[in-house]
Amino acid sequence: MLKKLFALILIGGLGLIFFQLYNQRSRREGLTKTASYYTEKGPAETRSANIVTSVVVTYRGLDTLGEVTILFAAASIIGFFLKRSEKGSKDKTIRNQSSELLQTGSMLLVPLIFLLGIYVFVNGHLSPGGGFQGGAIIASGTVLAFLANPSFEGGRTLIHILESLSGMFYVGIGVAGIFLAAGFLDNRIFPTGNVGSFISAGAIPVIYSIIGLKVGAELSAILYSLRDTKEQQ
Amino acid sequence: MIHIALAGGALLIFIGIWGMLTKKNIIRIIIGFSLFDTGLHVVLVGLGYLKNRTAPIVDADLPAKAASSQSVDPVPQAIVLTAIVIGLAVTSVLLVFALKLYQSKNTLDINKLRDNTND
Repeated sequence: MLKKLFALILIGGLGLIFFQLYNQRSRREGLTKTASYYTEKGPAETRSANIVTSVVVTYRGLDTLGEVTILFAAASIIGFFLKRSEKGSKDKTIRNQSSELLQTGSMLLVPLIFLLGIYVFVNGHLSPGGGFQGGAIIASGTVLAFLANPSFEGGRTLIHILESLSGMFYVGIGVAGIFLAAGFLDNRIFPTGNVGSFISAGAIPVIYSIIGLKVGAELSAILYSLRDTKEQQ
Repeated sequence: MIHIALAGGALLIFIGIWGMLTKKNIIRIIIGFSLFDTGLHVVLVGLGYLKNRTAPIVDADLPAKAASSQSVDPVPQAIVLTAIVIGLAVTSVLLVFALKLYQSKNTLDINKLRDNTND
């Protein structure tokens, strides 16, 4: 009972904080200093039509690198914990087959979902979307493949290769920025082109494609290890 | 509209915290965490919204010159983009911990979990 009271008090305090935030927001007129720098200089400097993308990939690219690292760490932890339980016995557990409808439908849908994911991350510098969203869409395709065929095994080697190489390429492009442009993860190592055209924004589409592949591979690897855990007894 | 988004986000955060603090089942605590996370994202993006402005994407309707006076704040959106993926990673790790805990202790109730390394 006392515990619930404390929880209520905490929620009340948080409510007060949010009320303050809300009050400040309603008095706000323009953008903050940082935000107006990004919106003013972003399109001219990075040639990326999507300002959020230029912030995520170029201005705060180091944070994104850290984030990809966190994702990699999470996937590794999950793989480590779930693989351990499997050691010793290699026998395949018998899984129930899914319905004919789902199996046939997934054969049509899974490639289309992968295609949509690739479209989303390749166009990350032009439209809403980008590497993380595209990668999540690709992983949702993997989920559908698992639902349709629980013993689906395709792409496991590809996932390992993508997982290992894309992080390296990401850092490699970042380091190339030090030598060819102004600094680490500078996108001007490739010709930047015009704002709004498909081939523009220098290294941003390349980096976002790498991130998309990495996120997709990482999440699919998590799905693989979750599926492969053996129930006890 | 933005008031509904902010109020909804705050409500999600409150429900999430309530769930995390009062529930005994680990899965429910993780669901509480997930709700908290989602509510936080909604509130952050909502705070970056400015009235009568558009998405920060330069196109025919938003020339690059007018971007800083006609687009919403891109910084919270960039933060949330990052936070969503981290939230997903943390949630999946939490779920795997819950799974391992269940496999070794056969319960998900936090009151029944005891450290039995001595016996």
